[in-house]
Amino acid sequence: MSASRPEHIAPPEIFYNETEAGKYTDNSRITAIQYDMTQRALELMCLPEEPQLLLDIGCGSGLSGECLDEQGHHWVGMDVSPAMLAVANDRDVEGDLFLQDIGQGVGYRPGSFDGAISISVIQWLCNADKSHHVPKKRLLRFFSTLYTALARGARAVFQFYPEGPQQVEMIMAAAMRAGFTGGLVVDYPNSSKAKKYFLCLFAGYAGNQRAAPELPKGLDGDGPQSVEYAGKRQREDRKRKGKLVSAKGKDWVLHKKELNRMRGKAHVPVDTKYTARKRKIRF
Amino acid sequence: MLMCHVKGCSTDNFPLRIEDAEMEQVEVEFNEDFCRRLINKIDWPAFVQTAFALGLDQLPAALPDDLDEEFLQRIHKLALETKLKAGRMVCNGCKHVYLITDGIPNMLLQETEV
Repeated sequence: MSASRPEHIAPPEIFYNETEAGKYTDNSRITAIQYDMTQRALELMCLPEEPQLLLDIGCGSGLSGECLDEQGHHWVGMDVSPAMLAVANDRDVEGDLFLQDIGQGVGYRPGSFDGAISISVIQWLCNADKSHHVPKKRLLRFFSTLYTALARGARAVFQFYPEGPQQVEMIMAAAMRAGFTGGLVVDYPNSSKAKKYFLCLFAGYAGNQRAAPELPKGLDGDGPQSVEYAGKRQREDRKRKGKLVSAKGKDWVLHKKELNRMRGKAHVPVDTKYTARKRKIRF
Repeated sequence: MLMCHVKGCSTDNFPLRIEDAEMEQVEVEFNEDFCRRLINKIDWPAFVQTAFALGLDQLPAALPDDLDEEFLQRIHKLALETKLKAGRMVCNGCKHVYLITDGIPNMLLQETEV
C-alpha cells in the first residue's frame, strides 16, 4: 500500500535491509527499469566517448553501476545501506563502494569527477530520518560538496521520484544555492505510468563555453509501449471487475479517507458524525 | 582524492593516512587517455606519499614532463588496480578514523561531526 513511497516507511538504511536488498535486486522488473533509467541518465549527461570517472550517488546494489561498467566508465559509488552495498560486493561490480550518508557531505578534492549520476535516490534526502536531521541543510551540504567534487563543466543527472512540486522546489533551491545551473527534464509528461523526472545539473562551464549548456529535452509521447508487466496488470483488472467492491456506504468512505491520510494527502477532512451520512436527494 | 568531510575540518584533511592496509590486485583495462586525465586530477605529492607509505611503489617526487607508456602503466596499476580490502583511513587534521571492511570504507559521521 504505502510501498509506493518507501521513504515514508523507514530511513533508507533500515528499509533496505538484507531481505529487502535481496528482493530488490532479484526483481527483474526493477533491474530492467533501473537499467533503462541509467541509460537515459547517461544520455542526458552528454559524456564524451572515452571512459569517464563518475560518481554513482546512492549506488545501492550496483544496478546502475553495472550499466556504467558496460559503458566502460570508472565509477565510485556511495550508499547509506550496508545491506545493499553487500549485495553490490557479491555481484562483483567494478566500481569502488563507500558506505556514506550523502546528506553529510561528499568529501572529494575539487574537480575529481567527470560527472555524477543518481537513480531513484534524492527523494530520500527530503525526509528527516533522525531527530537532528534538517532536510534543507542536508540537501545543501550534499549539493555544495558535490559541486566542488565535480570538474568544471561536468554534469550531474538525478532520476528521482518527487512527492510533489514542493519537494522539487526544495531540491532545486538547494542545488542552485550550491552553485549549480540546470533544471528538470521530464520524460513522457502526459503518461502517468511512464513519466520520469530527471534533475539535470551543470557544475559551471567548461573551458570556452560562453553560456550555460542547453537543458536536454524530455521525451514526448506515451512512453514505451512494450512493457510486459503493464499488459499483465491490465488483464488482471478485467478479471477483477466483476468482483469490485461497491463504492458506496459509510464504510467505504471512511476506508478511502484513511487510505488518503496514509498516503500523505493534504487536507483530508476529519471524520465526524456528519461523515458519509445520508443526504436528501435534491436532484 | 578522498578527503575528510567532518564539519570544520579543513586543514590537513587530505590525504587520509592509511593504516593496517590489506590490499588486493584486480585487473582493469588500461586506457592511456584516462590515465593521463587522472594524473591531472590527483595531487601528485599526496599520491607519491601514499604509494610509498603502502609499500607499493616509489614514484619520482616530481611528475616527469613526458609520460611514457611504462610510467602510465605504473600509475594505472596503483590507482585503478590496487584495492584496499581492509584497514583504516585516518585524517591528520581531526583524527577521525574511517574503517574499511570487506573493501568498503565506512564514511558515516557522528551527529556531532556534521
